[in-house]
Amino acid sequence: MSEDQIKNLESQFEARITRNEKIEPKDWMPEKYRQTHIRQMSQHAHSEIVGMLPEGNWITRAPSLRRKVALLAKVQDEAGHGLYLYSACETLGITRDEMYEQLHTGKAKYSSIFNYPSVTWADMGAIGWLVDGAAIINQVPLCNTSFGPYARAMVRVCKEESFHQRQGYEIMLKLCNGTPEQKAMAQDALSRWWWPALMMLGPTDAESVHTEQSMKWKLKRKSNDELRQQFIDQTVPQADILGISIPDPDLKWNEKTGHYDFGEIDWDEFWQVVKGHGPCNKERMAARVGAWKRGEWVRDAAMAYADKQKEQKDKQVV
Amino acid sequence: MERVRDRMKKNWPLWEVFVRSKNGLEHRHFGSLHAADAEMALENARDVYTRRNEGVSIWVVESKHITASNPEHNGELFDPAKDKVYRHPTFYDLPDDVKYM
Repeated sequence: MSEDQIKNLESQFEARITRNEKIEPKDWMPEKYRQTHIRQMSQHAHSEIVGMLPEGNWITRAPSLRRKVALLAKVQDEAGHGLYLYSACETLGITRDEMYEQLHTGKAKYSSIFNYPSVTWADMGAIGWLVDGAAIINQVPLCNTSFGPYARAMVRVCKEESFHQRQGYEIMLKLCNGTPEQKAMAQDALSRWWWPALMMLGPTDAESVHTEQSMKWKLKRKSNDELRQQFIDQTVPQADILGISIPDPDLKWNEKTGHYDFGEIDWDEFWQVVKGHGPCNKERMAARVGAWKRGEWVRDAAMAYADKQKEQKDKQVV
Repeated sequence: MERVRDRMKKNWPLWEVFVRSKNGLEHRHFGSLHAADAEMALENARDVYTRRNEGVSIWVVESKHITASNPEHNGELFDPAKDKVYRHPTFYDLPDDVKYM
């Protein structure tokens, strides 16, 4: 194809997106669109999969059967969300194995929040409330993104996600209405998860390199700073109801703007964790890669069994 | 190299999943998944796509068996229907007095 022809196709493509048309996997698309989507969707899928680890840590130690079935269901949803997203991503021509390879070798990233440890039961509350809360704010706009398979996967994910946040908040509520020790545990969890949750909404607009292109392709509808403000504005009153305090001395309601002002985020910490130096980066990858390796013989055996069954069936036909 | 090829061969194939959400409705494409065989594909489909009573029936078919039209040929395939307005009831002019038609 000549350069002119490609330019022409590209402008037709951009016009389709402007008209709110969806792009489907076999449609012509600019290579950059394909690569950007593979990157974002696979990282989103990886985040769901790695995101099971901090919570899996507490399934066997949940304080009651009610909490245990809820946590199990939530972790199972996360596996499901990872699978929706992996298969949506595969429609762009990358294989599942290639994506796993990228995760396991560190070439692909996942959300940094999962590199923090979950040290008490209250962390299950804080994760559901804050981490899933921030994730929902990030994900809801993606239900209208331009790439059809991604948008469809996100509709399913968002529908299922709202129970996650409610179950987390309920855990916090129970602890906050419990003994002083339980309430202190909830406060400790909020104090540790608050800043990492704010970082989940991504670098500041000034630092965010992909924003402009992503806005055009509807991979993003609001900037990171707008999403972060939205998260803070809706979360502060929820903390008030719990009666615990957000660890930010600069946090205060601004009558003029109609939003909360908040303190400086420690972006050095964010970049450290992104680069692999968070408290649990190594542990998470070791757990993930280990599970994949230990499962290899099971996958091989299932395939060998399927081949054998097929052979026998074919023989019977003859 | 042999080892790599051997492993490639053993990757679980991709399946497309169709779910009937309730009797009276058609099966609709829900998504895809990997499984070693059809039986496992059905079981995985139940866990991945119907955790909240989304279905009463599941079809799975290996993705490689699906033949899809090419969007680049959409012109030849679908444009001929565009100028056949006489296939629609509104093409026919009838006086307003005619009822039930």
